[in-house]
Amino acid sequence: MTNKEYESYYVPNQSHWPIVGAVALFMIAFGAGNYVTDLSKQESGYGGYLLLAGIALVVYMLVGWFSDVINESLAGKYSHQMDNSFRQGMSWFIFSEVMFFAAFFGALLYLRVFSIPWLGGAGNNVETGAVLWPEFKAIWPLIKTPDGTTTTAMGWYGLPLINTVLLLTSSVTAHFAHSALIKNNRSQLKAWLGITILLGLAFMFFQVQEYAHGYSEEMRLFLDSGVYGNTFYLLTGFHGMHVTLGCIMLIVMWLRVLKGHFTPENHFAFQAASWYWHFVDVVWVMLFVFVYIL
Amino acid sequence: MTTDVIEQDSHDEHHDDSHEHGKMTGIKRWLYTTNHKDIGTLYLWFAFIMFLTGGAMAMVIRAELFQPGLQLVEPDFFNQLTTVHGLIMVFGAIMPAFTGFANWMLPMMLGAPDMALPRMNNWSFWILPFAFAILLGSFFMESGAPNFGWTFYAPLSTTYSNGSTAFFVFAVHIMGISSIMGAINIVVTIMNLRAPGMTYMKMPLFVWTFFITAYLLIAVMPVLAGVVTMLLTDTYFGTSFFDAAGGGDPVMFQHIFWFFGHPEVYIMILPAFGIVSTIIPAFSRKRLFGYSSMVYATSSIALLSFIVWAHHMFTTGMPLFGELFFMYCTMLIAVPTGVKVFNWVATMWRGSLSFETPMLFSIAFVILFTIGGFSGLMLAMTPVDFQYHDTYFVVAHFHYVLVTGSLFSIYAGAYYWLPKWTGHMYNDTLSKWHFWCSLISVNLLFFPMHFLGLAGMPRRIPDYALQFADFNKWVSIGGFAFGLSQLIFLAVVIKCIRGGEKAPAKPWDGAIGLEWTVASPAPYHTFSTPPPQKDIDNADQHEH
Repeated sequence: MTNKEYESYYVPNQSHWPIVGAVALFMIAFGAGNYVTDLSKQESGYGGYLLLAGIALVVYMLVGWFSDVINESLAGKYSHQMDNSFRQGMSWFIFSEVMFFAAFFGALLYLRVFSIPWLGGAGNNVETGAVLWPEFKAIWPLIKTPDGTTTTAMGWYGLPLINTVLLLTSSVTAHFAHSALIKNNRSQLKAWLGITILLGLAFMFFQVQEYAHGYSEEMRLFLDSGVYGNTFYLLTGFHGMHVTLGCIMLIVMWLRVLKGHFTPENHFAFQAASWYWHFVDVVWVMLFVFVYIL
Repeated sequence: MTTDVIEQDSHDEHHDDSHEHGKMTGIKRWLYTTNHKDIGTLYLWFAFIMFLTGGAMAMVIRAELFQPGLQLVEPDFFNQLTTVHGLIMVFGAIMPAFTGFANWMLPMMLGAPDMALPRMNNWSFWILPFAFAILLGSFFMESGAPNFGWTFYAPLSTTYSNGSTAFFVFAVHIMGISSIMGAINIVVTIMNLRAPGMTYMKMPLFVWTFFITAYLLIAVMPVLAGVVTMLLTDTYFGTSFFDAAGGGDPVMFQHIFWFFGHPEVYIMILPAFGIVSTIIPAFSRKRLFGYSSMVYATSSIALLSFIVWAHHMFTTGMPLFGELFFMYCTMLIAVPTGVKVFNWVATMWRGSLSFETPMLFSIAFVILFTIGGFSGLMLAMTPVDFQYHDTYFVVAHFHYVLVTGSLFSIYAGAYYWLPKWTGHMYNDTLSKWHFWCSLISVNLLFFPMHFLGLAGMPRRIPDYALQFADFNKWVSIGGFAFGLSQLIFLAVVIKCIRGGEKAPAKPWDGAIGLEWTVASPAPYHTFSTPPPQKDIDNADQHEH
């Protein structure tokens, strides 16, 4: 019988955080629904405030929930098996994020491989091209849409290249921070993690610059500039949101390191934030290749 | 065996006392709970309430279609009803019901103390009532509820939307968050919380089907989130993903949607396979025939589900290669599905059968789901589908697999485990009434739809040509009868909770599984220490 070696699995007490989180998500969804609906009618309503209140409540919930978890962890209530549950949970969460981006990359590839050539008359669509939009040229980046909206393509050199270097470097420094944690070298850990955060913030800064450049009169690359602008802003935008989230995670980890949390054996939260950061980095490499270069 | 059960019971009760937290009282018990049994109960009741809500909409739909001409509702409201009926039944009834089963049964079947992430489990549930409050609330808004079909094809949901798209999109977003967290919890529980000695191939097939279903959910719910996001930006922020004028393609919407949608239909049927594979052996007094082949068949169906999506779109003008590829891949699915059906039949073969209500629903499942499977094969044939597409034949097909398939399995499972959940036996006479009324009325309801579809009656219309009148009358009568029959189930469940014959730990003599080694009703906390190895060996579904 294996009972001897069995560590008991911690089943937490009742908690009010989940219901707070559910109410917060309701406020976000209902608020955003109202906000967007009002926006389309050019009216103003309470939707935006509800949305912001919901976001504030989510932040409050996350802080409370995570501090409960951190306290339980510091109190030594978590077994090795519990740690495994967290790790596996985080891995599957990242997998779900991969699939979320896959939907947008799938859309990008479909547009480039099928819909734009077909609009230009490829395959058995000769009539479509000739009758609907005879002037339309099937090229990528699509700088002129079938209905005549024009725009400019964002080059891969300059800011995007700098950002690629920044983010790739930050993945390496995140790895150094993790190694330092395992070697229990706290000062190196603080330094490398700090550098990672700075690189992430720099990336976000340049991303904002790039958007400002895109929206300038010179480029006129807008969210609604046909499918090139659509895919460009949706993909880089969702990536940017994930970088922001990743940065917040890393900053929280840095603060926890300053407070003396994490040991070489026990640092799930740090590991999770670092996995997330690497994931964000890999998505950027895909973006750089498929959105900017090709 | 009996002594084992008693030992286990006293053991658990003892442990229950020493555990640091018991139930809270009143509403707080349900709002704050981290207990898998409480959360399972919440999911099951929520699903049943949603089922009655969606069912009420179906009643209005059938009343309108009772005779030709416009009788009761405006065509636009009719569209809202068909749309929300579909959304509620898929996301609000069938999926939460299965999640309820998973919550109740997985920890007990695996010998685990609870789900792996109990607080997140609570969060997953409580998001759902809010999501559906938004969806149902849109009936009372200026725009009205979504009216573009549960598949929300662009441009119906973008350019021609009645203004409900934003609420719909955000409701789907938070439903998706709920499903993904629920699925992650299921996967992690199964991977990490199996009792020592329970290897993957010793898990009950029920657990396997939920394992694979949860993978599918984690893989495709984010794709749904992606496609509704593009829908949102197309409708409100000027993008043209699904608009040819900006370089997009409305057909791309269908591709992305069905890349989610086809695995989704297996999400709604694989757990049914698991439930039926538990019940048929129990009432045949035999082990499940071909346990391993069942595991491989379920996995194959799941993998194939990712490469068949465009069989929903044969009439969109895909290139010929695409039509053939998706046709052949779809037909391939009949192979693992056939393996399953033959295994269930082989399990019954020369078994010592008895026909308690769970078994009746399971046998009905095998026969009627197979009918739905065969009509699916007919629809899989590209040239034939050109004729059947968007007719009542399609409606008949997916109601056979979803109602007499998924829903019947849910009833079978509910009757099978009600004694374990409530501690009482259900009223046998009433349950038989529920079964026979449902069985007869459901076939009256859905079988004639095949003929209507073959004769060319389109789906999603409030009025129809005169030659369809007779069949529609009978279909509507079947529909009302089926709807009323479900109230018998409500009565059975309420009576069973309030009292009835006391259920022993193992009310079914042929049942195997760790859940029968604990008392009925199951103690609030089970398996705080893992079950003994011999119980795990006894629960093995392999033939010996």
